[in-house]
Amino acid sequence: MYRANVLCCAGTGCTASNSAGIAEEFERVLKNYGLEDEVKVVRTGCFGLCQKGPIVAVYPDKVFYSHVTVEDVEKIVSEHLYKGRVVKELELSDVDLETGEKILDIDKIKFYEKQQRIALRNCGKINPEDITEYIAIDGYEGLGKALTTMTPQEVIDEMKASGLRGRGGAGFPTGTKWQFQKNEPGDEKYVICNADEGDPGAFMDRSILEGDPHAVLEGMAIMAYAVGAHLGYIYVRAEYPIAVSRLRIAIEQAHEYGLLGKDIFGTGFDFDIEIRLGAGAFVCGEETALIASIEGKRGMPRPKPPFPAAHGVWGKPTSINNVETLANVPQIINKGAAWYSSIGTETSKGTKVFALGGKIRNTGLVEIPMGTTLREIIYEIGGGCPNDKNFKAVQTGGPSGGCLTEKELDTPIDYDTLIKAGSMMGSGGMIVLDEDNCMVDVAKFYMEFICEESCGKCTPCRVGTKRLLEMLTEITEGRGTLELLDEMEQLCYEIKDTALCGLGQTAPNPVLSTLNMFRDEYIAHVVDKKCPAHVCKALLTYSIDPDKCKKCSKCARNCPAGAITGVAGKEPFVIDPSKCIKCGACLTNCAFGAVERK
Amino acid sequence: MKSLEELKKIREAALKKVEMREGGKDYRVVVGMATCGIAAGARPVLNRLVEETAKKDYNCTVSQTGCIGMCVYEPIVEVYGKEGEHTTYVHVTPDMAAEILEKHIAGGQVIEEYTVAAAAAGNKEV
Repeated sequence: MYRANVLCCAGTGCTASNSAGIAEEFERVLKNYGLEDEVKVVRTGCFGLCQKGPIVAVYPDKVFYSHVTVEDVEKIVSEHLYKGRVVKELELSDVDLETGEKILDIDKIKFYEKQQRIALRNCGKINPEDITEYIAIDGYEGLGKALTTMTPQEVIDEMKASGLRGRGGAGFPTGTKWQFQKNEPGDEKYVICNADEGDPGAFMDRSILEGDPHAVLEGMAIMAYAVGAHLGYIYVRAEYPIAVSRLRIAIEQAHEYGLLGKDIFGTGFDFDIEIRLGAGAFVCGEETALIASIEGKRGMPRPKPPFPAAHGVWGKPTSINNVETLANVPQIINKGAAWYSSIGTETSKGTKVFALGGKIRNTGLVEIPMGTTLREIIYEIGGGCPNDKNFKAVQTGGPSGGCLTEKELDTPIDYDTLIKAGSMMGSGGMIVLDEDNCMVDVAKFYMEFICEESCGKCTPCRVGTKRLLEMLTEITEGRGTLELLDEMEQLCYEIKDTALCGLGQTAPNPVLSTLNMFRDEYIAHVVDKKCPAHVCKALLTYSIDPDKCKKCSKCARNCPAGAITGVAGKEPFVIDPSKCIKCGACLTNCAFGAVERK
Repeated sequence: MKSLEELKKIREAALKKVEMREGGKDYRVVVGMATCGIAAGARPVLNRLVEETAKKDYNCTVSQTGCIGMCVYEPIVEVYGKEGEHTTYVHVTPDMAAEILEKHIAGGQVIEEYTVAAAAAGNKEV
């Protein structure tokens, strides 16, 4: 028996900061202290608070250490695990803003306090490579219950009653989707898990696959039972090596325990899962393109209908659900639709996982009940913008979504309110922007992404997004006009109306939404030829205020272009705009604030 | 997997692996394991507590803490209940540790003669 567990995060974020080395070091040092039979090292999925990683948690003491290095391990073992003294300087803590007191209890820390973890419940708690740990916390109970006590129709009814909607972004009711497929005739049917997560800055699905792969397998098996399928595919990108390897291990272990394969739970139900690796094309997240890719064809969308529920992979009825949707399924069956539908808002039930990124103090993964406000997520959980900068906007929904401003911060989040506010839920990427972000530049970033990822099948997306990108480039380089803004807006609506698939139809959203919310910034670019956030280089000018210049020559010495001249100690320095490359080195180097950027 | 019973058996066998992360135990047994505690023999006490808890499945977690300042009474074992009430046992030996688990954790009875209050009453110098 072990008296303590040391949990090391083995998600992608912490692995990048050598959490694998930390776990090995724990094993080595524990052995040196003769504690290897008393303290167990467990590699878990993502704890969510990636900003503070690598994270190590010690149970039963429930002490969380942050920013742990290999060198810290010896101290944690000798002090905490051997002598029982918590290593205070490494302990993860928060400060209560009202009382100024230090908060150490992990459940009371602001980042976790507002969260409710359903899809992420096992991430950072169990070893994803050990099926028995998953079983120990009620794993595969839902599947057992569905197979032995419920008919397929009862499973679907339960899903409908739960109110679960697709977490991939569109928010289609999951139970209804399953019903469509079940109603289709024929006995050859398929289920697919869409793990082709491609929005910039999104890592929700990856973390679930890495931290709790069995929940996804169990969700798929329940879905297969409900719709009458016997084979499922997980379409996951090869760029997620940790997720792929844990999925492989999970599938193998599920086979060993008879939770996949023939005659599961002795009910005669057969089900198996195969992994299909994608090469990382954004468009393959679109269901018809994904199906084409599984079939070995080029990943391109086709018009709908027919919908996959009738005509999917190999031309057979198919249901496609996103990773996070599937991770919710076992618990809905296990705890019941009434429990699940008690969480959330009128039209959006349950919780949603968001990947918080950009200009935010606590970058990481959060799961909140639907109906939580953006303000709670950004300020209370996320800690607000770093360096006391002012919040400007939050981008949700990735390249298909839009930006929301200060005004919308108190909107309770659900599928419908976000659309009403001018953005969308999307798969859960949430990128916070502050005063230093130029909104035209942000729109341009998403358009570059879309241009790169457009599959080229339909002209509106292939050519239209290219034209949009050219227009945005004109604007950021100071050649824009007011007429260009109108033309650009017109083109956006044309693409929306005519593109073939969902990705093309939503591709202009980042442009439209920034045009709507931040038209003044666009106007500053095209009329005043200025970038208010000082991002668009072509619109910047650097100059030195001769009254403030102390003639120290530091700017000239640091100018990589030799654009600054003057005589040290005698004459103020001057920037030659024809030579200036606008790198900003003078601005950061001047100790007297004499360099101005306009 | 042929039945729900089979799943239940696997779950029960695996529960020990994860239960300490759930924090659902009624008691927390803490051993003073600073230099003073170790020197006075806290190590075998801790080992015995862990062994007995595993063997008899007592409703508690076993962990350790640093020096609480009463080095003269080491090895010290503290028992914390769900409501935060706590008992301090002093000069604990491995056999006493087993008895504490049996009477206090399983039986809910504080063993008064092992507590710091009893020791202090019999030792006026401290």
